[in-house]
Amino acid sequence: MGDEFKSSQPIYFQLVQRICRQVVRGELAAGEKLPSVRDMAVEAGVNPNTIQRVYTELERMRVAETRRGQGTFVTDKRALLSQLRNDLMTEQITDFLRDMKEMGFTPQEIVAGVQSYLNMDGANE
Amino acid sequence: MDTLTVEPEQCVVSFQEVSKRYQSKDAVSSLSFSVPAGKVVGLIGPNGSGKTTTLKLMTGLLRPTCGSVQMRGEAVTRAGASRRISYLSDDAAVYSFYTVGQMLDYYAGMYGDFDLQKATKMLSFMKLEAHEGVRILSKGNLGRLKLILALSRQVPLIVMDEPLSGLDPLVRQSIMKGLISFIDLDRQTVVLSTHEVDEVEPLLDVVLLLEAGRIRGMAYTEDIRVRYGESMVGWMREVLET
Repeated sequence: MGDEFKSSQPIYFQLVQRICRQVVRGELAAGEKLPSVRDMAVEAGVNPNTIQRVYTELERMRVAETRRGQGTFVTDKRALLSQLRNDLMTEQITDFLRDMKEMGFTPQEIVAGVQSYLNMDGANE
Repeated sequence: MDTLTVEPEQCVVSFQEVSKRYQSKDAVSSLSFSVPAGKVVGLIGPNGSGKTTTLKLMTGLLRPTCGSVQMRGEAVTRAGASRRISYLSDDAAVYSFYTVGQMLDYYAGMYGDFDLQKATKMLSFMKLEAHEGVRILSKGNLGRLKLILALSRQVPLIVMDEPLSGLDPLVRQSIMKGLISFIDLDRQTVVLSTHEVDEVEPLLDVVLLLEAGRIRGMAYTEDIRVRYGESMVGWMREVLET
């Protein structure tokens, strides 16, 4: 259907990650209302129960909150949004470092590699 | 074998050691499982595994040779079932001399639980015309109409036998979208059989795998990914290969 999901992880988990990314990227604004469970289910092509689980998990993570009768909203608390941003960065870095170490790169090589890439990138802007 | 435990209050329909025998052969044997309320349950398995027989036993169209099929503690009978179960069969009777609109009216007349307003909304969502003769509907539109008729009944259990069979990919997607848009899981439970295991997986809460008339596994679809790190197709292949 609309979306492609990796088969190794639960679908609800992948959707939670996707929404968190959208929040950190600013595609979903602080305090913005998320689509209704049903609308999101149709958009993602999944069972509404799955979306309910996604929203419940986002609430548990305090990335979103449900207001009775109104819907589910992205949090507007700056501290939480900042925490989420840091958490995503930590996740990316952890995955990256694990892969690099598995390939045998030393910390010095890794730092030098990243730095030089960033310098190049900066020069190209 | 993966199994699912369902609390009695959460159980919509249960099979207890159900077998159906034809002459000397068992179409299904020793089926024992419970369907949890408010979920979409997918019945999968190779051809001839007993999916249609299981659905017909569930809806009271067939009576078990032994064992019992119960809904809320009462044995399922054909008469009782039709009041609480909406069944969409592979070869569902849709009257060819009616128009789409007349089919809806017919169902509304026959079933007190038929929500004509919902059906009409679904009609326009699916872009079907009420005045069209059922006889000239394309396969895809016929499939859409059957879904509308099945979902518009306000009954606790909706059973569908291969609702996507023989339909092209775009039509399949639109029927699944229709199901997601209009199913009321607060009040209804859906059991459907399918061959399109990959495509339908995101729609399913629970999967029940049959082979040669027996249950080979039953699980929450998300649990399969957590436990095995693979999708339903991978799980199905692994289970059937052991």
